[in-house]
Amino acid sequence: MVARMVAEGLVRGEADQARLLGGRRRSDGKMVFPLPGGDGAAAFEAVELPTHGTLWSFTVQRFRPKPPYDGPGDEGSFAPYAVGYVELPGAIIVESRLETQHFDRLRIGMPMVFTLQTFRTDPNGQDVLTYAFRPADGDER
Amino acid sequence: MTEVHIIGAGIHPFGRTEGRSGLDQGQFAAEQALADAGLAWDQIQFAFGGSAAAGNADALLPRLGLTGIQFINVSNGCATGGSALLAGYWAIKSGEFDLGMVVGFDKHPRGAFNADPEKSGLPRWYGETGLMLTTQFFGMKIQRYMGLHGISAETLGRVAEKAFENGARTPHAWRREPVGLNVIMSSDLVSDPLTKYMFCSPAEGGAALVVASDRKMRELGLSGPRIRGAAVRTRVAGSFEVFSPSLELERGPSPTQIASRAAYEMAGLGPEDMDVIQIQDTESGAEIMHMAENGFCADGEQERLIADGQTRLGGPMPVNTDGGCLACGEPIGASGLRQVYENVQQLRGRADGRQVEAARLGYSQVYGAPGLSAVAILEA
Repeated sequence: MVARMVAEGLVRGEADQARLLGGRRRSDGKMVFPLPGGDGAAAFEAVELPTHGTLWSFTVQRFRPKPPYDGPGDEGSFAPYAVGYVELPGAIIVESRLETQHFDRLRIGMPMVFTLQTFRTDPNGQDVLTYAFRPADGDER
Repeated sequence: MTEVHIIGAGIHPFGRTEGRSGLDQGQFAAEQALADAGLAWDQIQFAFGGSAAAGNADALLPRLGLTGIQFINVSNGCATGGSALLAGYWAIKSGEFDLGMVVGFDKHPRGAFNADPEKSGLPRWYGETGLMLTTQFFGMKIQRYMGLHGISAETLGRVAEKAFENGARTPHAWRREPVGLNVIMSSDLVSDPLTKYMFCSPAEGGAALVVASDRKMRELGLSGPRIRGAAVRTRVAGSFEVFSPSLELERGPSPTQIASRAAYEMAGLGPEDMDVIQIQDTESGAEIMHMAENGFCADGEQERLIADGQTRLGGPMPVNTDGGCLACGEPIGASGLRQVYENVQQLRGRADGRQVEAARLGYSQVYGAPGLSAVAILEA
């Protein structure tokens, strides 16, 4: 079964070709993320955001969030995950899950690269993807 | 020009009180504030009140008396109490009223607040994928600040250590036992670099203040600290706030910085004039960053100031003398009013066991989601 994104309009393209979508306000060029939907959408044009950036700040989510979080497992099986802001040069600073288990290697300023991450699996077996960034120097997984 | 004074103050102890509703605790605080001033409810001309999780504040009316007064419910996140005070301040300053009450109470379930993306105008995936937590924001704000300004993890621990020391001396505090630095530093991480003891918890409590014009105060033969400056400000483009899926590259000032400047300007005073300081300490890092955002030091100076004990009781710039949110917990509707209650006690020389000697000027700042700050400066 083909995986699906957690929400429409977050990215353009699939797999290795996927790009995170931001918006550029037509009136003044101001960048936003996510790309606004609904009545606000007309004021923005969709922009593919850079795939490479640097870590602006980070933390680790150590307890299972309350709803509406719908990640896998329960409090007993919860695995902490890293979260951060990634500065995408010339564009915007984006909040994201960080794909790494080496929390102690995270440093402000380290190079990061865009990726898609399987965030959970639906009851029917379909993988649900979200966007993420991982350390660009590899060897992190 | 009309001056505004706080002539009565009441508080229901913060923490957990089984069998007593949030509304009960609000009523307790309101009645104590009236008794403090020696006034009856039917003398009060208006009220502003707030509660986030314990019902509407104006549910107090049948209990205090259906006197027909203007009662307005205030809802402004964690800054609800500070916002209620500001509304009361302007109601008197305008000349429309000359005696009123501001009140707040709350009773939250245990554990971190859970957030609803739709309420903040954010897409549902932001909550579903585990990005919408206030605790993450606090972790990331102090993580970056530590990196830029050389603040150590031990300084985070010392802030919490001081909070519990002060809480142990404060009758209205929740956490009334000192906690050692080692215990704080080695307790479980909640959101790195912050540990369990470095975060405040949602809690319960009530606080109320009676505010009056200078003319009315004299007429009643009463006294109380004067509000020298008060301001609420919201986030501007480029400030780093809770629940932000993205930030602009060009960074700007925080709502605390601009609220603080506005209040100092109104008062004709500066940070160096303040004798006793209450600032938002949702977690240890917030106290450190708010010291600078409110003008009490330059970025990075906290490392030395805190190591030297300058923010402790007995130091030259005592911060969060009742233990702040860390020791009192955070009942949203009441939290900002607790800070002002504490300053009133300090300025009236009633802060037994934690009194700042000869305190004449008191500063308070409460911060709330999605990015606002309320500041009040009191003079004895």
